[in-house]
Amino acid sequence: MMLIPCPYCGPRAQSEFTFDRPVEAITRPDGSAPELIRNLFTRDNPKGPSRELWRHTYGCRSWITLTRDTVTHEISDVTPVGASQ
Amino acid sequence: MSVMWRLADGGLIDRTKPVRFRFDGQAMTGYAGDTLASALLANGVRLFGRSFKYHRPRGLLSAGVEEPSALVGAGVGGRFEPNTRATDLFLYDGLDAVSQNRWPSLSFDAMAVNQLIAPFIPAGFYYKTFLGPPSLWKLYEHAIRAAAGLGKPPQLPDADAYERRAAFCDVLVVGAGPAGLSAALAAARSGARVAVCDLDARPGGSLLGDPATIADQSSTDWIASAIAELEALGARLLFRTTAFGFYDHNMVYLAERVTEPGAKPTSGDIAQRMWRMRAGAVVLAQGAIERPLPFAENDRPGVMLAGAARTYVNRFAVKPGSSAVVATSADDAYGAAFSLDKAGVKIAGIADLRSEDEISPAILRRARERFEVVTGAHPRAALVGSGRAKGLEVLVDGRARTFEADLIAVSGGLNPSVHLHMQAGGGLDWNPRRGVFTPVSPRQGQLSAGACAGHTILSDVVADGWRAGLEAASRLGFSAAAGAAPVVLSEPLDAGVCAFAPAPGAHLKTVFVDPQNDVTMSDLDLAWREGYRSVEHMKRYTTLGMATDQGKTSNLMGLARLALNEGRPAPDVGLTTFRPPFTPTTLGLWVGEDAGFHVTPLRRAPLYEQHAAHNPPWQAVGYWRRPRAYIRPGETLATAALREAKTVRERVGITDVSTLGKFEVSGPDAAALLEKVLATSVSKLAVGRGRYTFMLREDGFVNDDGTVWRTGETRFLLTSSTGGADRMAQLLSYVRNVLYPELKVGVANVQEHYAAVAVAGPKAREVIAKLFEGADPPRHMSSARGSMAGVPALILAASYSGERAFEVYVASHSAPGVWAALEAASADLGGCAYGLEALEILRVEKGHVETGGEIDGRTSAHDLCLEKMLNPRGGYMGALAQTRPAFSDPNRLQFVGIESLGGPIPEGGMLVERPGFAVQGHVTAAGVRVLEPGYVGLALLRGGRAREGEELMAHSPTRTMTARVRVCSPVFHDPAGERYRD
Repeated sequence: MMLIPCPYCGPRAQSEFTFDRPVEAITRPDGSAPELIRNLFTRDNPKGPSRELWRHTYGCRSWITLTRDTVTHEISDVTPVGASQ
Repeated sequence: MSVMWRLADGGLIDRTKPVRFRFDGQAMTGYAGDTLASALLANGVRLFGRSFKYHRPRGLLSAGVEEPSALVGAGVGGRFEPNTRATDLFLYDGLDAVSQNRWPSLSFDAMAVNQLIAPFIPAGFYYKTFLGPPSLWKLYEHAIRAAAGLGKPPQLPDADAYERRAAFCDVLVVGAGPAGLSAALAAARSGARVAVCDLDARPGGSLLGDPATIADQSSTDWIASAIAELEALGARLLFRTTAFGFYDHNMVYLAERVTEPGAKPTSGDIAQRMWRMRAGAVVLAQGAIERPLPFAENDRPGVMLAGAARTYVNRFAVKPGSSAVVATSADDAYGAAFSLDKAGVKIAGIADLRSEDEISPAILRRARERFEVVTGAHPRAALVGSGRAKGLEVLVDGRARTFEADLIAVSGGLNPSVHLHMQAGGGLDWNPRRGVFTPVSPRQGQLSAGACAGHTILSDVVADGWRAGLEAASRLGFSAAAGAAPVVLSEPLDAGVCAFAPAPGAHLKTVFVDPQNDVTMSDLDLAWREGYRSVEHMKRYTTLGMATDQGKTSNLMGLARLALNEGRPAPDVGLTTFRPPFTPTTLGLWVGEDAGFHVTPLRRAPLYEQHAAHNPPWQAVGYWRRPRAYIRPGETLATAALREAKTVRERVGITDVSTLGKFEVSGPDAAALLEKVLATSVSKLAVGRGRYTFMLREDGFVNDDGTVWRTGETRFLLTSSTGGADRMAQLLSYVRNVLYPELKVGVANVQEHYAAVAVAGPKAREVIAKLFEGADPPRHMSSARGSMAGVPALILAASYSGERAFEVYVASHSAPGVWAALEAASADLGGCAYGLEALEILRVEKGHVETGGEIDGRTSAHDLCLEKMLNPRGGYMGALAQTRPAFSDPNRLQFVGIESLGGPIPEGGMLVERPGFAVQGHVTAAGVRVLEPGYVGLALLRGGRAREGEELMAHSPTRTMTARVRVCSPVFHDPAGERYRD
């Protein structure tokens, strides 16, 4: 039960958030097909820091990116994304 | 009989409070403060259960939660709790406990015959049965399954209530023994908010079985004053509370046993409470668990851990036997000999594995004043009489020597409990002499203190606890003066040597390593010989450490045996993963309050009460409840549904569609955003016009469908299915906020803001014209704004049923008045309300695909015959993914209609040439023709688009229904759409 510091709400329990995808897998639908397919299905599984897109779904519902160490679960560099609502 | 075993005085039991209980039907008495184990011992019971596989008679090994053998079922009916450790159950009046895994009785267990076939059922035998003929396996599988398991599950629903609480503290101290209490005092005096938990019913830990002098007081007095001070300092003290899981970021889960297993809670109270405790810092003072010794027949009743024997004497005032031999490899067990001796147990001798010079001289001298001590003694076998231990054979300098005793008190040294440390993340340091792991490198900064950090001498334990408490508090900024640590004078004690190897010549087939799963030393060697050489394989092949005790007294011995066979040091072989829970948790603890009615949330649509007044059968759609039909007297669900559908086709019906997903999308870039989310185009829609639409997932499959309406120059209303609404909301948010934050558009989820009622049928326009004010009823696929029943209303003219239809959107709180008006107006024209069953019948006849049926996450737009609607400009979610080669495979499951050539079609049935032949598809929806006889359905069929006219069988073996069907167009009713087009 990680504690994730939401930029708007402060440290909140992991159960309030939903993980979406690694940041490098964010792909617009109007790009190239091979790139999109690769980002959708072929992903790295890093041992160590992973830059990820999360959403504070059961809180303020804002989208955030953060770095999560996949071994220690340390959370760092939490930043809001785009025009969050 | 019982008088003989219970000591005349002493102990921490309350002799003024006798407690009556039953064991295997026999009435007995004990005292408040007894565990079931101590009370049974006091009553002369020595046989506690039968082992898992061989049904060997078993006694009591321990006095704690590490107990592998004395498992009982406690309580009756809905409170029955199987696999309860007798050592972890405090006596209460009316306790009804039964032994397990035996028939017909504990003393005569017919399944003990398994011991005769023991050579054929070693570890791993079950996997080997898979290699034989399947027909034979099906025969003995029944016998194996019936024989497997220990306790029997309760047959009635859980009668108890449970609760979950979240809590916070600065310093959580796990364990209220000498180290834990010291740590708690240090931290609390420093100014931190402290929480202390202990799984025992009272504080004291090891001091309860091994009293000492602390700060010039008896340990009993010291414990009491420590508790009093902690309470005065505002600490939260939780007893009968096990910290069973250490999760991320200092979150520790605690299980509080408010009521003993099987007991009826005092009125209105709960059985157990789960605490989710977030701590600033955690001090682990879990103590250490004593290890048994490996020798033949070491699982017999009468073989007990030395510390447990001492605890039964000192804490519970019970003699665990009449004569004892103490077999040990560490100094600590000598204390057991002294305590047993003082209680009047005849000490046959102490057999010490170590050589003379390894034993603390003072202890050795004191022991030799009272009894014989044989050093260099390697236990080889327990002597057995009437199924129980009656003595111990040891090897000294290669020569056998026996001690006669009915109690064999064993100690292979103390094993630090590192479970929570490892769950939190951390490393382990190996001490080769003692054969123990101690905690290092705590990943979350957890502080291990006392015996669980490897200390064995009380003065070190108390000092270590104090240090840890101070450090935890100061790390969080609490550094008020805490005074000095409690002073303890302890004599030096040797922590002992590891004793993992049985004596030469010991019969390995009865050297039990894991008694609960009946895993012997020979099983471990067998696994190694057969090639299962990683510690993970050894564990799973032999099931060592996989029982309810999770190998608390056996894991390390198994590891050492593997290391010996491998010829490598133990830490190189590695350990299996420590996983929560530390002790078994009952399911109710995890469910908490979410039971019965509260098992899922109930989302009530605005017109819920209006439907509930008719007491309809409900359909759960996600967390919503929608009425299936409004059944009139004399009707069944099926006849009511057909009547409602007929009414819609012939006159008019109204239905509540408030649960559909609805989104307002507005701004200069509204159309642009929608064309990235929807697979169809929207920019060509004129103001006031709408169209059917659908959305794809990123992988190209259809996600959901709905409608989209341009209600203003830069304003759209998007609807989706009920079930897909949450997915749509997430997708819209992702596209708008993450992918295209630069777009000038706002999206509002208005699912709950609007209620919506669909009015459908040949007379629908009449109903609308009568009630709608401010505008004319809109034509097909157009919208109009006006008012109805005095409130603003938006009407969208779209048809799901296949008849002319209008969806009336009003603010949710206005819905009841509007529904009442519509109900009255349609009743005047011979109409009625219709529910989900009729809705389904109508949409099947029209061949509309539905989310959850044909849109099942595996079908593409082409599969569903929707490809002509795809936006040719592309650029929408899923556009690129559907260009993948597999999407154009002509043999994909494709959407078709089926009409029955006989009787009803089984929904969910398989489409086959004949039953038993290859499955070619399945029936996604089955229904009836409404205005004429006939059974029809919708299906997904391999290459279906090219198979119109083919005859197949729709076959369901589970419903034992089969129908001969013909593949056809899915639009059965009014294919040209003349009934609703203008």
